[in-house]
Amino acid sequence: MNKTKERNEHPLDELLRTDRIPHIWCPGCGIGTAFSASLVAMKTSAIDLQKTVMVSGIGCSGRGAGYIKLDSYHTTHGRAIPFATGMKLANPELNVVVFSGDGDLFAIGGNHFIHAARRNIDLTVVCVNNFNYGMTGGQAAATTPCNARTTTTPRGNPETPFNLPFMAFAAGASYVARWTILHTRDLTKSVEEALLRRGFSFIEVLAPCPTSYGRRNKQKPLDTLKAYQERTVIKHACHPAEVQLDFERGITLGKFFDLERPTFLDMYDRTCRPQERIEKSEAV
Amino acid sequence: MKYWRVPLDADQIEVTRGIVHIVAERCKGCGYCIAFCPRDVLEVSPRYNAKGYHPPQVKRADECVNCHYCEIICPDFAIYSVEASADLV
Ligand SMILES: Cc1ncc(C[n+]2csc(CCOP(=O)(O)OP(=O)(O)O)c2C)c(N)n1
Ligand code: SF4
Ligand code: SF4
Ligand code: SF4
Ligand SMILES: [Mg+2]
Repeated sequence: MNKTKERNEHPLDELLRTDRIPHIWCPGCGIGTAFSASLVAMKTSAIDLQKTVMVSGIGCSGRGAGYIKLDSYHTTHGRAIPFATGMKLANPELNVVVFSGDGDLFAIGGNHFIHAARRNIDLTVVCVNNFNYGMTGGQAAATTPCNARTTTTPRGNPETPFNLPFMAFAAGASYVARWTILHTRDLTKSVEEALLRRGFSFIEVLAPCPTSYGRRNKQKPLDTLKAYQERTVIKHACHPAEVQLDFERGITLGKFFDLERPTFLDMYDRTCRPQERIEKSEAV
Repeated sequence: MKYWRVPLDADQIEVTRGIVHIVAERCKGCGYCIAFCPRDVLEVSPRYNAKGYHPPQVKRADECVNCHYCEIICPDFAIYSVEASADLV
């Protein structure tokens, strides 16, 4: 008895621009799984999807916005966060999700990231960290591990990468977590939590880029997933300064920080739009 | 299912059964669903889809427990599971 069925619909099709599927991501690229987890979280969080938007920058990860069947914006390189900030401030009832890559959010867009976290803008930022600029052929990024090979570091990367959760925490984020695409259930739960939190939420997702990064570092996609299985340790509430990302020594995953504080809009209203002043101006 | 110690209420526990659906034309043959299915339900199909990839096929249909892991690890929206009873309707 053959129990497989060939069908053409998928439970997430209602949230996908199916006319654009199959997507452009390479075989084994982890972006699709991170994207799929984000879509599931949007569904299960029960937020109003008619008031939810996705914003991406440029890069393979940045193609995310083009595949979701909701209002979505594919912005210029590095500018997903300032664009999202503007949208949230102009229309505070929107749920704004930023889905983009490590290069986009932390190299060209690094300053926007830290200032949005400092201001505690109410955004959910999902960063697909594949340790390089996948789209442009695999150049070194601000996240490339020390000694890793890329097109711009053929002898190995002499630089030290950013610790993204520590950076988000130090800059003022309200919610900070890290998962891999193998930990897709935890990842989904994190995105769901982050969507329901007020304030700046940051989730780093480690994902293989077999074409640009894996190939140069002798990692087949399944090897990368095995490493995610064998080298990771889940430590919730681990201080972000102590989280590790080292394929030899270990990779720390978990929810590291989750503490609500006033958002930018709360502070702005309190400082610049006190109730009595609004009443006074309306009376005139 | 094989247990190293049979739970006392083993006869009362009903294991959920699932049916896997494969959208073969979307598959890019990464093999994640096959490698990480906890019940070893899937295998590589010898056939090609239109893009030249080998999609998975079901090897041990009766073992599927509808855990959805193949569905959520797939980067290509190409596989999903449904509960066996629900699927009959
Ligand atoms: C202003 C500008 N500078 C440079 C580029 C070239 N560029 C396109 S994508 C990219 C990096 C993307 O890296 P990342 O965000 O990590 O995405 P990935 O492809 O790895 O998912 C760069 C440098 C550009 N499009 N625009
Ligand atoms: S180049 Fe890398 S990041 Fe881009 S789609 Fe291919 S595997 Fe994914
Ligand atoms: S639902 Fe779970 S048990 Fe069934 S095929 Fe998928 S991964 Fe395997
Ligand atoms: S995980 Fe998806 S794309 Fe990869 S082999 Fe399975 S069905 Fe195909
Ligand atoms: Mg990248």
